Amino acid sequence: MVRHTDREYEGELRALNDRILKMAGRVEAMVAQAARALAERDAEQARATILLDDTVNSDEVEIDEMCQSILARRQPLAGDLRFIACALKMVTDLERVGDIAVNLCERAIELAREPALSPVVGLGQMAALVQEMLKDVMDAFNARAPDRARAVVRRDDLVDELYHGVLREVLARMSQDASALQRGIHTLAVAKFLERIGDHATNLAEEVVFLVEGKDIRHVGKRAGKTV
Amino acid sequence: MTPLPSLPVPPSTSPEEASTTVKLSVRGLDAGFGATRVVRGLTLDIPERQVLAIIGPSGCGKSTLVRCLNRMHELVPGATVGGAVLLDGHDIYARDVDPVLLRRRVGMVFQKPNPFPTMSIKDNVLAGLRLTGALRGGRARPRTDDVVEGALQRAALWDEVKDRLAAPGGSLSGGQQQRLCIARALAVEPEVLLMDEPCSALDPIATARIEDLIHVLRERYTIVIVTHNMQQAARASDLTAFLLHGELIECAPTERLFTQPSDRRTEDYITGKFG
Repeated sequence: MVRHTDREYEGELRALNDRILKMAGRVEAMVAQAARALAERDAEQARATILLDDTVNSDEVEIDEMCQSILARRQPLAGDLRFIACALKMVTDLERVGDIAVNLCERAIELAREPALSPVVGLGQMAALVQEMLKDVMDAFNARAPDRARAVVRRDDLVDELYHGVLREVLARMSQDASALQRGIHTLAVAKFLERIGDHATNLAEEVVFLVEGKDIRHVGKRAGKTV
Repeated sequence: MTPLPSLPVPPSTSPEEASTTVKLSVRGLDAGFGATRVVRGLTLDIPERQVLAIIGPSGCGKSTLVRCLNRMHELVPGATVGGAVLLDGHDIYARDVDPVLLRRRVGMVFQKPNPFPTMSIKDNVLAGLRLTGALRGGRARPRTDDVVEGALQRAALWDEVKDRLAAPGGSLSGGQQQRLCIARALAVEPEVLLMDEPCSALDPIATARIEDLIHVLRERYTIVIVTHNMQQAARASDLTAFLLHGELIECAPTERLFTQPSDRRTEDYITGKFG
């Protein structure tokens, strides 16, 4: 790989790349812990996970500052410019996933207070799938592999299918058993949060494709794919 | 103005008309000095009333290329030129073309502002016209005051100098001197303006004035600007051409070239991965 002539600039871009991967690692860990807290009805685990969000929020601010500094001082172009544009968007998606992990934990705490609801088919699958998507999209980012990113985008359809299945199942239970209403509402929220993580993973994947190929694949079908 | 013998002046078009017409067409251009080839088989179309920026590392042939576009290159002893350059479809290197008259149609602004320092601002503007004899006699002789005001207006310098037209050109600031040189080039009513690093000796404010001027001038003139400043190329041009070792690597709409160049060598150059 050809390196920048200015080694300090090269170092700044690498540091930014590493910083994004580090933030993504923290966010993935938060989602994994939130999923475990839900599955194991572990309120303590959920509370501990919520505390991690402060670090993720700091990551967002610091990465934004790194991007602004590079924009102001280096005036990046071409692939470097796409990288900075991509980093600014990715960091927002990652921060939102961190917030959603907090939302999942809050629901886990509520659900842990209630009697256990019999397992909802599809919810565990959703949690596992969105975690895989997050991991795969960050691997695709690190390897600059747009094909792997596109595979993540395709998997979002499965997340949506699972979500609608969970929705039907929980609504059916709630209509049959009034005592399950409260737990049902929390469970529906959990399903929605997981579905949103799938959406953010999809956004991240689209950003990776743009980063590597300069192609905007967002909203395909709604408008023609545009190349900058 | 006097048309060149073999280069008929095209009918004038309004600035509003979209420019897809090729103004200058470079065809297999070879240029150099003695046995050294600086520009190698370069082919490039320059659309009318657009700004083309030429970028590339030092020694890649940018300045030689633009100097071939108004036959200034051949003024250097030992200079060689091959291939063709067509202005409105007519070869500027044809035997019956008068280079002096050609340079009225294809004007040039240089890296370092070069007004005649002791000559008045007014006479500096008229210098090009006097050189080509356009002010001598004849019914079509322009009124000099009108020419001076018009050229200085178009060069965005009129308001700053209108009360001191008799002051020497050397009394102006560097940025004003460069705009005076642009006014001098515009006074002869060119169709193409070649600018060889016109801002490299100027501060950011003076540079911004010249770039703002380029935005206005593009409505009337075809502009070719050589620059080492990538941000300037990105800001000021419609098209950008990247040259390397005398060859054209890529020419594309500026926005595309600076966000998604199609050639790896362009990407490496503009992101600073060379040398």
